[in-house]
Amino acid sequence: MPSALSLRNISRQFGTVTALRAVTFELAVGEVHALLGENGAGKSTLMKVAFGLVRPDSGSIAVDGIPVQLRSPVEARRAGIGMVHQHFTSISALTVWENVALTAGWSVRRPGVVAERVHALAQHAGLALDPRSIVRDLTAGLKQRLEVLKAIAADARILLLDEPSSVLSPAEAEQFLGQITAFKALGISTVLITHKLSEALGVADTVTVLRHGSVVHHGPIRETNARTLARHLLGEVSIDRPQLPPPVPGNIVVRASQLSVDRLGVGGTGLRRATFSARAGEVIGIAAIEGNGQRELLRAIAGLVRVAGGSLEVTAPVALVPEDRTSEALIGDFTLAENLVLSQGRSAPWIHGPWIDWPDVHARTRELIERFEVRASGSAMLARELSGGNQQRLVIAAALERRPAVLVAENPTRGLDFKASADVHERLRATAAAGVAVIVYLADLDELLAVADRVVVLTAGIAHEMTPGASRTAIGRLMLAGPEE
Amino acid sequence: MVTRTLLSTGAAIVIGLGVLAIGLTLSGYDAGAALAAMGTGAFGSTDAMLSAVLPRAIPLILIGLGIGLAFRGGALNIGAEGQFYAGAITATWVGLQLGARVGALGEPWARIVVLPLVLLAAVGAGIVWAGIPVLLKLRFGVLEVISTLLLNFVAEALVSLMVQGPLQESKHIYPQSDLLPAAARLPQWPGTRLHLGLALALLLALGLWVFGRRTLAGFALRATGVGPTAAAVAGRIDTRRVFALALLGSGALAGLAGGAEISGTTYALFQNLSPGYGFTGIAVALLAKLNPLAIIGTGLMFAALEAGASAMQRDAGVPAIAVYVVEATIIIVVLLADARRRHLAMRAAGGEG
Repeated sequence: MPSALSLRNISRQFGTVTALRAVTFELAVGEVHALLGENGAGKSTLMKVAFGLVRPDSGSIAVDGIPVQLRSPVEARRAGIGMVHQHFTSISALTVWENVALTAGWSVRRPGVVAERVHALAQHAGLALDPRSIVRDLTAGLKQRLEVLKAIAADARILLLDEPSSVLSPAEAEQFLGQITAFKALGISTVLITHKLSEALGVADTVTVLRHGSVVHHGPIRETNARTLARHLLGEVSIDRPQLPPPVPGNIVVRASQLSVDRLGVGGTGLRRATFSARAGEVIGIAAIEGNGQRELLRAIAGLVRVAGGSLEVTAPVALVPEDRTSEALIGDFTLAENLVLSQGRSAPWIHGPWIDWPDVHARTRELIERFEVRASGSAMLARELSGGNQQRLVIAAALERRPAVLVAENPTRGLDFKASADVHERLRATAAAGVAVIVYLADLDELLAVADRVVVLTAGIAHEMTPGASRTAIGRLMLAGPEE
Repeated sequence: MVTRTLLSTGAAIVIGLGVLAIGLTLSGYDAGAALAAMGTGAFGSTDAMLSAVLPRAIPLILIGLGIGLAFRGGALNIGAEGQFYAGAITATWVGLQLGARVGALGEPWARIVVLPLVLLAAVGAGIVWAGIPVLLKLRFGVLEVISTLLLNFVAEALVSLMVQGPLQESKHIYPQSDLLPAAARLPQWPGTRLHLGLALALLLALGLWVFGRRTLAGFALRATGVGPTAAAVAGRIDTRRVFALALLGSGALAGLAGGAEISGTTYALFQNLSPGYGFTGIAVALLAKLNPLAIIGTGLMFAALEAGASAMQRDAGVPAIAVYVVEATIIIVVLLADARRRHLAMRAAGGEG
């Protein structure tokens, strides 16, 4: 039986970087095929080739055994290939059925009939969705469902899912992955692009692992396990990291007492009469569900927002690693050197009166990217050309370059893969070991527990200091507790 | 990169002139004669260059520098025309008032006292006129695109009011002001209409170029324009302040352009003093990619086109406004070339890989 989708000997070069090196990828009919790889391993590029977004330098593509040329997403769709991107592509002001009809090219002259058709299709695909809801009112999980429904409505028999769980909460992700396996019954073949081992092991039949643009492993999922896959994924890197000595807490450098901060933006609660302290040399983990005051607390400590009530004493200097790398921490269209100038302000060594000594900036940038192992072609490279993990390394490097007494980090592993996240954890621990008070919020509770010495739970803007060694269950229960008033 | 930009701009000029030639032929004009008149008007003689092109380039360069400064900092100043007039009105008033009083000092003392005050007053007026949109933006969140644009009409009306009222010439016949006394005039190159404002414009261009490249303040300006959020969070830059200063600085330069036009070229205020310098200045700045040194080049280019256009009207009977066809075509061609280049760059860069 021919493969549903067959990519043979695909190579693609971007400038001096080889993204894909003679990659062959076979998707069998009706299977769920996990495509694993770290950020930058080439999995996105490979799928863009399959969806006509990137043209390969060499290699051939066949759908159901018939050779095809995919010059654009339109041609890919015509060949029965549908792609669900990481970002949502629905029109938020329209209803579910309108979005589906728009993508599938259905006539909308009789709304009732179309809505019914969408409803039937959703039932059939096991993707329960009310056709008449407005998209902007849907949760992230339902929006994701709509994206898949649109692809199926457009007669896709091959589904390419690009890291579908990255925008979902853990519960939503679990539910969504469950639905993928149900597609097999519809004769749909699925590629699940991911960097999470658990997802691949949970739902896939077959797995292909990419590293540095080459296939390093391929085979049925039942013949492998997490350990083997991790080794394929990361290469010959030791996964067990050296244990750092337990911290020796120093002086109190952050002391918040009855601290209140007005909420930032819409939604969320702000911070209400929070009391806690942080000592030099320890990592304080802030555990909270989105919008419970963590952003307000961290930004107040960083001196970026006004304190509305109570008192806050912080030993300067404070460095912040903002959550949004691409819009808050870096200017993508600036070079690495320029971003360093941005982050260091007026007290930097290259500032002489009103002047910037650019040769000095470039020399120090090169030194910094080497010391922090930022993979970059040089100090004149644009920040947006770095991978997410390397951007974060640069941001943390710049923050530490300010020689802070307090380092505040907002969800610093967001969007990073396993290895890059581990790097960030290690860097935070090492920073604390060097005598800095590290205050970090991580959306993932397991990550937080792995990296923090002590946890402060924020629930509806109220802080609870946990004793060291508090159980995951106790912390989780407190995070979920509603407002006390 | 620079050669490429020059080449594409050169190609754009050729295409623009070509489009004009086609349009003229279709409307029954002698395109060859018209273009020849244009060329002679702009480059035909030393006099054409010194008296027609360069004097026109001065306000265009000054305004272009101002627009570049504002746009760099993310402030969309569409009100250079109004700021130019604010400068022109104030320069006229100060020049006439002071000239009459300090004239007794005699040359060169009178000029040393009066001329700088005239120009500074023009700068101040430009700042005040740009200050209104700054206040509206920071206080009430009014978009500066709208407020600066609308204030152009207010300034033009103010000129009408002035030249028929307080600043009207002594005989009260013509809608224009008296001529400025010698002490309030910028020195001219003997025998031409070229005045010292050119040196001022070139110095300011160089200064702004150094400011943007080498100073921390210039860096903060660029950061605010390119990435306002990161500038505020990672750079801890007061972006509202940078915005305000960029727009005020822009107003200062446009005001200076107005002052220099009165004090160096016309010596009197009248309606339609500016043939749209404030708007052409936007094209001058954008075509130069906001680079102060390149603005000298694009300012000269537009000045040559407009000087040529006057000659074309005089010598070939073709309305001067036909030159807008050339200007518009150049802008469109350059924008298309840019879009194409970006598209190709994106293709080459592809995805995250």
